[in-house]
Amino acid sequence: MNRVELQNMAQAETERQNAFRCRLLCCASTPCLSSGSTAVSEAMKQALTDGNLDAEVEVVATGCMGPCSRGPLVTVKMPGQEDVVYEKVTPEVAKEIVAKHVTQSKPVSENVLPADMPFFVKQKKVVLANSGQIDPERLEDYVARGGYAALAHALREMTPEEVCATLTKSGLRGRGGAGYPTGIKWDLVRKSEGDKKYVVANGDEGDPGAYMDRTMMESDPHRLLEGMAIAGYAVGADQGYLYVRGEYPIAAQRLQRAIRAAERRGLLGSRVLESNFNFRIDVRIGAGAFVCGEETALMASIMGRRGQPVPRPPYPSERGLWGKPTLINNVETYGSIAPIILNGPEWFSGIGTEKSKGTKIFALAGNIDTTGLIEVPMGITLREIVYDIANGIPDGYAFKAAQTGGPSGGCIPSQFLDTPVDYESLGALGSIMGSGGLVVMDERSCMADVAKYFIEFCMDESCGKCVPCRVGTVQMHRLLERITDGSATFEDLETLEELCVLVRDTSLCGLGQNAPNPVISTLRYFREEYEAHIKERRCPAGACEMNRIPVQELNTNSRVYSQNGAQAEPAQA
Amino acid sequence: MPVVTLTVNDELVSGQSGQSLLSLLKELGIEMPTLCHLEGLSDRGGCRLCMVELQGSKRLFAACVTPVQEGMVVYTHTERLNNYRRMILELLFAERNHVCAVCVQNGHCELQTQAAKNGMDSVRYDYLVPDLPMDASHERYVLDHNRCILCTRCVRVCDEIEGAHVWDLMGRGVNSRVIAGLNQPWGDSDSCTKCGKCVQVCPTGALTLRGSTVAEMEKQHDFLKWILTGREKKQWDYS
Amino acid sequence: MAARPAAARRSADGASAEHPSGDARFKMIDRTLKRFQYQQDALIEVLHTAQESFGYLSEDLMIYVAQQLKLPMSWVYGVATFYHFFTLEPQGEHSCTICMGTACYVKRAAEIVAKLQDEYGIEPGETTPDGKFSVAAARCLGSCGLAPVIVLDGEVMGRLSPDEVLDQVKERLASKKPQSVPA
Repeated sequence: MNRVELQNMAQAETERQNAFRCRLLCCASTPCLSSGSTAVSEAMKQALTDGNLDAEVEVVATGCMGPCSRGPLVTVKMPGQEDVVYEKVTPEVAKEIVAKHVTQSKPVSENVLPADMPFFVKQKKVVLANSGQIDPERLEDYVARGGYAALAHALREMTPEEVCATLTKSGLRGRGGAGYPTGIKWDLVRKSEGDKKYVVANGDEGDPGAYMDRTMMESDPHRLLEGMAIAGYAVGADQGYLYVRGEYPIAAQRLQRAIRAAERRGLLGSRVLESNFNFRIDVRIGAGAFVCGEETALMASIMGRRGQPVPRPPYPSERGLWGKPTLINNVETYGSIAPIILNGPEWFSGIGTEKSKGTKIFALAGNIDTTGLIEVPMGITLREIVYDIANGIPDGYAFKAAQTGGPSGGCIPSQFLDTPVDYESLGALGSIMGSGGLVVMDERSCMADVAKYFIEFCMDESCGKCVPCRVGTVQMHRLLERITDGSATFEDLETLEELCVLVRDTSLCGLGQNAPNPVISTLRYFREEYEAHIKERRCPAGACEMNRIPVQELNTNSRVYSQNGAQAEPAQA
Repeated sequence: MPVVTLTVNDELVSGQSGQSLLSLLKELGIEMPTLCHLEGLSDRGGCRLCMVELQGSKRLFAACVTPVQEGMVVYTHTERLNNYRRMILELLFAERNHVCAVCVQNGHCELQTQAAKNGMDSVRYDYLVPDLPMDASHERYVLDHNRCILCTRCVRVCDEIEGAHVWDLMGRGVNSRVIAGLNQPWGDSDSCTKCGKCVQVCPTGALTLRGSTVAEMEKQHDFLKWILTGREKKQWDYS
Repeated sequence: MAARPAAARRSADGASAEHPSGDARFKMIDRTLKRFQYQQDALIEVLHTAQESFGYLSEDLMIYVAQQLKLPMSWVYGVATFYHFFTLEPQGEHSCTICMGTACYVKRAAEIVAKLQDEYGIEPGETTPDGKFSVAAARCLGSCGLAPVIVLDGEVMGRLSPDEVLDQVKERLASKKPQSVPA
């Protein structure tokens, strides 16, 4: 396929779509599938067949539309009219939509989400522009929305240097969490000497409560493939690996199909778009190890080994997969590439703040009214996200903290709700942007308990290679267990704080270095809550069962450490 | 090899480009605590004892896996580093059941030596007291997981020097364990050549000669140099 | 190589040694091996296929994979035990995976685990002695909008209370076979 054929495909698909009087988009992403969207689309198809509407109305299985907690979601598209989004669609409602909305143009008002809902209005969709709009399993649908045009443009009009320079100019930074400038990284790999180079997409999204990458892979797989191909061209690689988390079978399946479809049309494989550029992509499925999100561990895992990190330098850009220069970026980063190439770096850098450009996808979860997936311009405040987009906290509870960055991040208390969301501001608050998980907690969540949860996570996920992370996290977990069961002393709190610093400063990789962040940040903002656990043996949030007492109160004569503490009798037994 | 100049503990020194910081510090006579490092084996940077401060970086660097660089300003024994080293040793002592008094390696143990040298005289952390087995199935050697610090010297010497790859690690995190073959009794491993290199490189009493009694076990690593210079240069060095 | 004859000897008396034994499941593994041209780097992919075909990684299976890829036994075992996806034990007829992601944790998923533990005496990662029921914990299934989320015999269910989960599990256990293949 060449450029002209690509344009023809786009045009033919647009005409095909416009021939329908109405198109019913039905979300087929994991959350909506779990809440029954398959039955909904079956019901709609049946109703259309019954009403003899098959020729004029099309049902499309799309990717994620955003407000996942309101699923299954359905969008009704009619030419010349605004899209109407339906929430909580059951098969019965689906039939009604066909009977009333499709046939008589009367929306079923009880289930319609208002178009001016802040959830939609406050978002800016760049990476997710196609998500929920196209059928991820149809290449034509992606091409009709400008897909692969950026690759065609880059291959024909730009040198690899220019591609890297464009990205540098756009201000795009890595979306995996650390925020390293993407253009500079690409240029490093481009300049590295090597007869063979690799491009890797990190889709091992391990942060609990985060599913940005999964949504992107499920909803718009070709966008990711196109970004990787442009990267391959820019750095001089002919092989890409897409590392997908094992928990995401649908994403892996869709990506594999998308790769085959793109190869069939000459958009991947040998002589991409009839140029001299060759690029193959293979999918690798993770096997359940959070540490594999760390780039050196990820590479070990791609090579079939235990996912243990190795010290850097050398960085993957010099010596990566099989010792060759390797470019590793997060899935979301690759998703931003095509729009930057098409719209220009100035357009992209016009969005966001001074140091953080563009948009960021967040997965909203926790105790908020509307959970789901959003894409917002950098610099939006947490307050806007929590109270406008997510519509606040249900049942009248008060906001307590927003947790960003997963196990490597921290908790941000209410006094900082007006902080703009960007790499630097979140860093200054002791949290990180991370990959985009945002879990909101209300007054019923105990911060010491939350810190314990994250440390337990890191303890389980520690690879065991370096001592501070392997053993330090276990000791921290023990201390937090004591704090949350009522048997801690102030000395324990001091030991915990020392350990936080040790593990942060001496661990080998990012997992260990960031593991103490949830403890450090909660201690910084909610210290009195920890102290109440110790001093008054009381959990202010009412989440912890304080049924043990400090060991030295049992053994008043000798200070005994808590291997006995675990067997201490409950108070007032 | 090009020479690089750097500052170590406020003194100007020179080293060879490409060499590790740890090897330079050894040449300079600066004693660095190490446990997973062993001359002749690949470095892994796991024990974190040889960490140094580099001016201009908030991060700490393990000297064994950090190449020397022109203009580096290195500090090897600041109070902060010494403190971290003590804490790491405490964590190691608390991790498994290191009961020196009844250990065959008592007095010749690298973990014990490091504790003494770094002034680690008590352990503030919970002893995790894991329930770990002892493998006495081998006709010549004994593996006691209670004393293992997961430095993987045995894994590396068996893979890199002997070439048998009997050992590897199983599991992850604090539940990692050194295994022979498919986690089978060592004595049942058909790939073991019984060469005993793993025993000699083990820093603690985890791998010992069968029949050793308390404080009897002493180890020597000289064979590594002997084999490596022989293999690489066809020279067998008696020094 | 000392490891090879050992492995060959071991597997010779195991039923699964030579897959001409007719066990078609080995064909799946062979297909993956061929697809990756017997490259050692494909170990994780091969183990994935092996587990999909057999439900768990038995000792014989790991020996077979090690022989085919010409890898040391301890290497294969080390990789198989590093990743949480691989299990070395047969799984129960029915399985319940409880998501322990942040959102589910905040919505008290731990109480579901406790409920099942009270009833069946097994913790996540364990199977009842009669081989009927396995409980597992997952690291976030990415369906946070439905928190707390469980996967019962491959079916994702959300927003259930501990008691409701128990009722569902009881219902499954009373029925003969899992309604769908575990995820």
